Amino acid sequence: MSLELRGVRQSYGDVEVLHGVDLTGRPGEVLAVVGANGAGKSTLIRVLAGAHRMTSGELRIDGEPVELRSPHDAHARGIRTVYQELSLVPELSVTENLLLGAYPRRRGGLIDWPEAHRQARRLLDDAGFGGIDPRTPAGRLPVARQQMVEIAKALAGEVRVLVLDEPSAVLAGADLDALFALIRRLRERGVLVIYVSHRLAEVLELADSIVVIKDGQIIATTEPAKTSETELIGLMAGRLLEQIYPARREAPSETRLHLTGLSRDGEFQDVSLEVRSGEIVGLFGLVGSGRSELARCVFGAEPPSKGTGGYRSPAAAIAAGLALVTEDRKRSGLVLGMTVLDNIALATLGATRRGPLLDMTARRKRVGEMIERLSIQPARCATIPVAALSGGNQQKAVLAKWLLAGPRVLILDEPTRGVDMATRVDIYRMVDDLARAGLAVLLISSDLTEVLGATDRVLVMRQGRIAGELRSDSTTEDEILAYAIGQAA
Amino acid sequence: MTGQLLRKPALVVRGRDVTVTAAFVALILALVAVAAFTSDTFLTPVNLTNLLKQMVTTGLLAFGMLVVILTGGIDLSVGSVVAFSGILAAGLVAGLPIPVAMLVGLLAGVAFGAVNGVLVARFGLAPFVVTLASLTTIRGLAFVYSEVPIAPDDPAFFTLGSAMAGPVPVATLIMLAVFAVGGVFLTRTPAGRAITAIGGNAETVRLAGISVPRHLTLAYTISGACAGLAGVILASRVGIAQPSVGVAFELDAIAACVIGGASLAGGRGSARATFGGVLVLVLINNLLNLYGVQSFWQQVLKGLIIIAVILVQRTNRVRG
Repeated sequence: MSLELRGVRQSYGDVEVLHGVDLTGRPGEVLAVVGANGAGKSTLIRVLAGAHRMTSGELRIDGEPVELRSPHDAHARGIRTVYQELSLVPELSVTENLLLGAYPRRRGGLIDWPEAHRQARRLLDDAGFGGIDPRTPAGRLPVARQQMVEIAKALAGEVRVLVLDEPSAVLAGADLDALFALIRRLRERGVLVIYVSHRLAEVLELADSIVVIKDGQIIATTEPAKTSETELIGLMAGRLLEQIYPARREAPSETRLHLTGLSRDGEFQDVSLEVRSGEIVGLFGLVGSGRSELARCVFGAEPPSKGTGGYRSPAAAIAAGLALVTEDRKRSGLVLGMTVLDNIALATLGATRRGPLLDMTARRKRVGEMIERLSIQPARCATIPVAALSGGNQQKAVLAKWLLAGPRVLILDEPTRGVDMATRVDIYRMVDDLARAGLAVLLISSDLTEVLGATDRVLVMRQGRIAGELRSDSTTEDEILAYAIGQAA
Repeated sequence: MTGQLLRKPALVVRGRDVTVTAAFVALILALVAVAAFTSDTFLTPVNLTNLLKQMVTTGLLAFGMLVVILTGGIDLSVGSVVAFSGILAAGLVAGLPIPVAMLVGLLAGVAFGAVNGVLVARFGLAPFVVTLASLTTIRGLAFVYSEVPIAPDDPAFFTLGSAMAGPVPVATLIMLAVFAVGGVFLTRTPAGRAITAIGGNAETVRLAGISVPRHLTLAYTISGACAGLAGVILASRVGIAQPSVGVAFELDAIAACVIGGASLAGGRGSARATFGGVLVLVLINNLLNLYGVQSFWQQVLKGLIIIAVILVQRTNRVRG
């Protein structure tokens, strides 16, 4: 069905977030929506999902004005939304998550579990996501698989519009291919797919049309054939970025991080690697290859089963000059209920003291300088809750926390996931500056472009082992991926 | 928006903090005004002194409870600790100088708190279960120590609980000092910030190189110390220590924290607001007593008032 938004405005309290958005989607079209964080994409998605009632404007389905009264209403009209944040109940099985209470019954009213699992498997197979056991508790699946279950869940019943919010953020390799294949099949079936993503390469490959949203307005509508990644970034950021990734650095010097045969049972085996002062080493691998587990173990968050180079505890790692920006900032990077100030000062709590008390003035000053240096927005944010910042700025706050500790080795685990392009560029610049100043950086990423562009060397992890080492300036995305999936020549 | 739901009363943008504080102060003043106008006895020196003495126990317990609640935990054992510390101090008076006996009573509270803390922090047991078990264990120990109430003869035993510094009871000053020092501890020391942060996200705190078990143990120990101090003061004020005293005291302490806007999920709450919660509770109790409301009805009314206060706070918070 066709879907039209006309002059949609949306306000939260006194703040208007969408300023009259017009958008048209036709059946069998993949419509990509790109924009920086805070541009209004999430709000737009919520309006389409029926989660917010628009303040003014109208929604037309097949030309008829329609009012979405609730998410349930939108669902019933065939509009399905897959949010970036996973909404599965971790304790329940995949089947229970997929069927959501609509279980097949035996006579007498008892649930027919074998049939329920069959139905769940059918949903997964139809979506092209075989290989997931529907009896597994959803929380035990890797994040990528959970994302697939989430998508399969949205496809139950009559689907006419599918809204995907950053669906590829946690997917890589074959998983990503399966998602693209699914989207193409849906397009052939006449479904309108609204695809929201930061990953412009994907958008250019997949979309039929692209709209750029900035500051709550659609500022450009284009097609993949008529635009380029650089142009889109420029439009999103509102300025022209000559270059996303900084130039290469000088040859590195002394070794700062040295792992020998580090193993942790069931997670990674026999990992040996070196990171030297002044270099950025990429660590690429598919989800489940053991990259994040390795980082946590090196940092002392979990003990290794053998090997050397890891630290005994986070405190010991920090004392030795390590800093770890974890993969999931909400779960392990920030204390969401606390202020930006408290968060940034957390890793160096004891550093500003006068007697037994914290020196509040010195603390505020140190943190304020860091907020300015990383240009965290809004500028005077020290006393507001960190949860009120946008994703990219939250990520900068995590970085700020670690930079205050004056690290010698910086481990970044997916530092740009869910971060808009403009902030990404800021982060790459900053990491480059740090490396030039002598820091050793280990950059864990499942974004091939990033791994190639931002690093000097790439280590590829596969099934818990280092499968290969490549020089970033002489390798290709295909070669890296071949090592990651075990098909390197 | 989420930002406003998550904010901590003590640290928010200045303007909003003032509105909430103002509303709170207004509520307390209103209670006082109602009391003053509707009861002849409220403003009498005797009643006011009583009021000041009555708030000591709830106040001390509430501060200790706040520290534990900030970590995302709960301490159900405080009422039993009140009984044990009181009866231990009263019993020891026979053989020890009074200040030493009282100090030992307080230290018993510290020790119980530390045990609770170690069980929660090092063994990873659920705070509710651990302190529920110590609630009954410590109550039992109090009866084991003495089945019958102990009333020391030496009038010096009554000093701590009944001495006056001008118009104000010394015990009340001690409680106020605990809140003042405690407030500074929570907002302006590394340990205080760590305790608050643990309730928000323990994993983040751990990865910031801060020992979570050590700070959890500290939090429960502080609660135990507050309960021990409250127990000794209460025994001294009443002049007789009973093994059965303090049943359900933990509920008033928790209620005071919650009325003061603390989140039972942890990470949010302040000493100042908790003190406000104590005032509200004590004023309500006092008022209902003055009106001669039957004690069962007092319980019902208190419950309803707590719900009303929290509802008002929540609307305030959502509106920002």
